[in-house]
Amino acid sequence: MTARTEESQPPDLLYSQAEEDLRAAVRSLLDDRCDVPEVIARTESDAPYDPQLWKALATGIGAAGLLVPEKLGGQGAGHREAAVVIEELGRSVVPAPYLTSSVVATETLLALGTQDGPAAELLTELATGRKVAVLAVPFSAAGPDTVAVTAALDGTLGPVADAVAADVLLVPTTDGLYAVEAGTAGVVVEPLIALDLTRPLATVTLTGASGTRLADAGTARAAVRRGLLAGAGLLASEQLGLAEWCLTETVRYTRERHQFNRPVGSFQSLKHRMAHLWLEVVSARAAARNAADALATGSPETPLAVAVAQAYCSRVAVHAAEECVQLHGGIGMTWEHPAHLYLKRAKADSIAYGSAGRHRETVAELMELPAP
Amino acid sequence: MTAPDAAGLRRLTRELLAAHPPATTGRTDFLKARFDAGLAWVHYPAGLGGLDAPRSLQPVVDAELAAADAPDNDPRRIGIGLGMAAPTVLAYGTDEQKRRFLRPLWVGEEVWCQLFSEPGAGSDLAALGTRAVRDGEDWVVDGQKVWTSSAHVARWAILIARTDPDVPKHRGISYFVCDMTDPGVEVRPLRQITGEAEFNEVFLTGVRIPDSHRLGPVGEGWKVAQTTLMNERVSIGGARIPREGGMIGPVARTWRERPELRTRDLHQRLLTLWVEAEVARLTGARLRQQLVAGQPGPEGSGMKLAFARLNQEISGLEVELLGDEGLLYSDWTMRRPELVDFTGRDAGYRYLRSKGNSIEGGTSEVLLNIVAERVLGLPVEPRNDKDVAWKDLSR
Repeated sequence: MTARTEESQPPDLLYSQAEEDLRAAVRSLLDDRCDVPEVIARTESDAPYDPQLWKALATGIGAAGLLVPEKLGGQGAGHREAAVVIEELGRSVVPAPYLTSSVVATETLLALGTQDGPAAELLTELATGRKVAVLAVPFSAAGPDTVAVTAALDGTLGPVADAVAADVLLVPTTDGLYAVEAGTAGVVVEPLIALDLTRPLATVTLTGASGTRLADAGTARAAVRRGLLAGAGLLASEQLGLAEWCLTETVRYTRERHQFNRPVGSFQSLKHRMAHLWLEVVSARAAARNAADALATGSPETPLAVAVAQAYCSRVAVHAAEECVQLHGGIGMTWEHPAHLYLKRAKADSIAYGSAGRHRETVAELMELPAP
Repeated sequence: MTAPDAAGLRRLTRELLAAHPPATTGRTDFLKARFDAGLAWVHYPAGLGGLDAPRSLQPVVDAELAAADAPDNDPRRIGIGLGMAAPTVLAYGTDEQKRRFLRPLWVGEEVWCQLFSEPGAGSDLAALGTRAVRDGEDWVVDGQKVWTSSAHVARWAILIARTDPDVPKHRGISYFVCDMTDPGVEVRPLRQITGEAEFNEVFLTGVRIPDSHRLGPVGEGWKVAQTTLMNERVSIGGARIPREGGMIGPVARTWRERPELRTRDLHQRLLTLWVEAEVARLTGARLRQQLVAGQPGPEGSGMKLAFARLNQEISGLEVELLGDEGLLYSDWTMRRPELVDFTGRDAGYRYLRSKGNSIEGGTSEVLLNIVAERVLGLPVEPRNDKDVAWKDLSR
């Protein structure tokens, strides 16, 4: 990754050959190791995440360390590459703590800027897939204003995404950012029943817990903001991958399904809906790529690019999943068909890291289009 | 001779500027010299305004000329000639036709219009009924065309007409260049929803077109027209626009400058449309990057759909935002503008004119069918006109 310094440099909205190669590697792994019946079976078990799949993804492909510099054990790549991985994970609604650990927690730690000490050590463990960490804030949080824990690591937080899979909880408090080991005294992670079956949620309760202080309050605040910004920006790529699967699968199904002695995909009312959806997916790709490129290059436009991508892609993913259910007819309503997994993920994603409305408010601020 | 690279084009452009300083050279003379230097459209053949260079290098020439404040050939005024007639003449014209038509077209001395649509054949373009009957070395044309912009200022027209009614509709069409000054060509203004007559009806009565003004073989005019139409769609949505460069610009400015007009409902709608306009801009930018990288995607077919809907929604919002002012209109006088103006005049005009965006150049409904069938590979609509002679179709 080379940082572009000139402001006049337009964003690169395409995929490089290296990014396409990475996509092919991830897709091939997921085709082999993560089919739909497997995902559905896991959502019904106590272990939504497959540790072998995570190991292959994190260390085999090296996806977990894409954002981390090589000297800390990572790949020294960037957000554009991570976005491609997330697109593929979204396309297969993979249950894996990638967005939460390899992006949000990792980016939060990177923002602390430390080259050694506990934060750097933890980064190495995340980058090499040995540990999973999550930022202990509500999944809907769009900024650091939602920090509720007091200085003494006392309080209840939630719903926190992927907390059940985390070895380490990064807890922002009024006193700074703490790394708290899961399973230690005073830490209770209680699973919740989530709308999205593929991304577990939990309540985190801290009662006089102890942890390692990684940063002071001011630094922590900026780092949390940075982590959530990266999370929102790359979530757009998950929404893109998800929407693309829904469209592709709906087109495939309506070409094959016959009613009234014709493939149902030959009816104009359905064709137009799928063509509209195609245009939305194409547009979502431009918005998601723009956000990933802005994050990768450290562009001053990043907050706007992320807000635009989230305000747009959230709606596209939900629309694509809803169309997928409807155009599959009764089959789309069944537990066996994967459409419901996509609908649940899309709807949950539309709340994650700030709703579309919340991101539009950011657009209003940044573009000086104030409310009445 | 090998085609020049970017450095070569820069050098040739500077040589042109040195030999014909824009400050002391007349506009038409400069444009002729530019054409003759092969710097008009660099991807065209040498001798026809180009140098066989890659199309992607045209911006190198344009940037040099803009920096030197050189006159341009007013691409908007001659858009139909540049975007549709020229590529078709280049692809199908004889050497003599190319030499005769391309230079005055590019320089802007001769304006072109397009005689394709008919009152009875809009979206179903191949159903057209204008007849061309062979008479010695000429064809005699009778019929009526519609939605013809620039017809009242055009010297030439690209024309499709039926030369064989006894075969299915796509097979009996031929493609001509029609002289708009010939007897039998009558142009009547067609007043529109905006009050303007930006388009015309064109009546063709016994118009004689020499066979040397035919483009492509007799009966293969539909294939030739596909070249024209493909170029038409490429040219729509192809321009690079800055943030707030489209219809959203004036609305955002009004919002910033006039807080007394703001309401909560309008705020929500404005933000949604602002985001969609920004995403459409990015999608267009991505499409152009794909073209430059030699990976043309099918996104172009979608851009016109996106802009049509956005223009309509945004201009509708703008009229509401203006409140009492939105109740007024600038002027209902019938004018005959030389240029199609989508964004000019006031909010009411923009609102009314944008209604055409989802009709002209292919209706949104037809474009959605094209996306569904050619991009997504969905089954085609059942058709009952493919194997029937044109004369036996119901009308």
